[in-house]
Amino acid sequence: MQYMKKLHELQNEWDSRCVSEALQRQPERKARFETPSGIEINRLYTPLDLQKQQFEYEKDLGFPGQYPFTRGKDTLGYRSNFWIFQQYAGFGDAEEANKRYRFLLDHGSSGISIALDLPTQMGIDSDNPLSEGEVGKCGVAIDSLQDLETIFNGIPLSRPRQISLVANGVSLIGLAMFLALAEKQGVATDEMVLRIQNDILKEFIARNTYIYPPRPSLRLATDLVTHCADHHPTWLPFTMCGYHIREAGATASQEIAFTIANALAYMDHLYERGGDVEKAISKLAAFMCVGMNFFEEIAKYRAMRRLWAKTCKDRYRIKDLSKLSFNLVNFTAGSSLTAQQPMNNIIRVTIECLAGTLGGCQSLFPCSMDEAFCTPTEQSVKIALRTQQIVAHETGAADTVDPMAGSYYVETLTTQLENEARKYLDEIENLGGALKAIESRYFQQKIQEASYDQQKQIQNKEKIIVGVNEFIDEEEIPIDIFKPSKESVERQINKLKQLKETRDNDKVQKILKEVERIARTDENLTAILVEAVQCYATVGEISDVFRKVFGEYRETSF
Amino acid sequence: MEQRIRFLVAKPGLDGHDRGALIVARALRDAGMEVIYTGLRQTPEQIVNAAIHEDVAAIGLSIHSGAHEELFGRVLDLLKEKSADDILVFGGGIIPGDDAAMLKEKGVIEIFGPGTSTDVIIGRINEEISRRRCNQND
Repeated sequence: MQYMKKLHELQNEWDSRCVSEALQRQPERKARFETPSGIEINRLYTPLDLQKQQFEYEKDLGFPGQYPFTRGKDTLGYRSNFWIFQQYAGFGDAEEANKRYRFLLDHGSSGISIALDLPTQMGIDSDNPLSEGEVGKCGVAIDSLQDLETIFNGIPLSRPRQISLVANGVSLIGLAMFLALAEKQGVATDEMVLRIQNDILKEFIARNTYIYPPRPSLRLATDLVTHCADHHPTWLPFTMCGYHIREAGATASQEIAFTIANALAYMDHLYERGGDVEKAISKLAAFMCVGMNFFEEIAKYRAMRRLWAKTCKDRYRIKDLSKLSFNLVNFTAGSSLTAQQPMNNIIRVTIECLAGTLGGCQSLFPCSMDEAFCTPTEQSVKIALRTQQIVAHETGAADTVDPMAGSYYVETLTTQLENEARKYLDEIENLGGALKAIESRYFQQKIQEASYDQQKQIQNKEKIIVGVNEFIDEEEIPIDIFKPSKESVERQINKLKQLKETRDNDKVQKILKEVERIARTDENLTAILVEAVQCYATVGEISDVFRKVFGEYRETSF
Repeated sequence: MEQRIRFLVAKPGLDGHDRGALIVARALRDAGMEVIYTGLRQTPEQIVNAAIHEDVAAIGLSIHSGAHEELFGRVLDLLKEKSADDILVFGGGIIPGDDAAMLKEKGVIEIFGPGTSTDVIIGRINEEISRRRCNQND
């Protein structure tokens, strides 16, 4: 107490003498410094700031791998294994995707992440008129199990440390395909780790690849979670997503809160269905953005881990506190990339990689520098991979666990972000939870406001983006841009046509009828979908059955 | 008195990235235009029909999924087919420079790439529409 009093006096003296003199010589750059989420940044942080928060090491930080997990999920941090080096990849048809995954694995990627094209994500086959122009563009086209078999040709499912599938509306079909493929390859499911995004609620808020209305979508998502929790405990069947919410315009504190709110809705729904929440909750991953404000991003992950653990411990009366950590998957912010002077993006991604790992993630995905134009070229994705490798091997940042802990600034910011996020969570709870918040457009309005504010800040030059509103080059140096091939689209459509002619169509029709029957009950759909994909029913055909049973969702207008 | 510009902001195809379209729609509205936003997952047919039905002066297509060649092309063709090609077409999103040039050759007035300020977009739309109105009055 005495010490703090003395410190307080010393700081007052410093403020009134040294600071005043310095300000007279040179005023500060801004009247007010803020993080992007609007938290004021003080000139200086000291033990007095920790005292203000009533900071206590054991309660607020604890130890790595222990509740409340502020210091990270893993006891040994990166001293045993680095985070998984992943690159989001996929385009064209299965053969093209296979080539790119082999390239990445051969160059040191430890995980594969499958980007699906839009028709696949939305349960539409490549030969559907709605798919025109879209096949194989922002991801690989998967129409049937045959395509997944080709994608993993020469790649045993057990080779990557983790395989991640960005599937939401079609997540259960994706799971079924991987189960069928594992069986075909002779890989036991506990020899591999599959992570499926499976977060449909954020689709209604930000990402927009929903298919069916929210309630039946929740059913499909929880079928997946339950099946994996029961049968494939090494798998990660659900990823609560903040990335897309953030990229749609949300602030860091909103990113934490809206992600958690959605995750709580899934867990609540699982509870309503009589599922084992304590078992399922430990299989969670979180997919978060890494933006450019270095310290806010690091504090954000720490705040989120602590807030999630504390919230769920109470809400679900979890007995085994070790279940309250989650696998954190970080992706550098696509929206931070500029089309102007694209090589600068390499620097941005490097800073974001450092922030993402200092924040303590289990997996990291850096963007490539040319993603403001197209899916990456081979060369630019290799640079992104090398960025991870340089951060891991050359900086020393991975050699101790949670190195930013104890920083007066970072601990203060961690607490502030937690408090801001908690306020949003309370608002959402008062509305009746995430589903009600989606229906009332609470999330969408908050995100649109934040997004518009950020745009104004850039246009007013309150926020500087190098190359865009300052330090502009008159002439841009052109870079190579990836061009998707038209041939691979034709190949895909022809393959699909052949498949439909050579498979046992009677069997397919019979199984689809059974899918429809089970969909109308509350029975888990996983087993029947495995059968369906094994006889090469397509993604579109299965999704059309679900459309018939569940209906299609149309967004409400702006 | 100068008539207010009616402008349709549209999201063609399956692309769900609407952050930019929403910002532009709001900015155009704040600048005094009458803005109709189609929402997501619009086919070129739906967009052109809406544009004609709403009697707009111009359409802004926003697309990030790489399907711009096919979808912009179809919109331009349909406008011609329906004798509505006095409706101007602008675009934005993730469209590489070469493709943007090609689209402009096909008749798109301007492609506003990432980082374009809304002031620039508003200015260009106003400029182009005023010019057309002047030509009509000549």
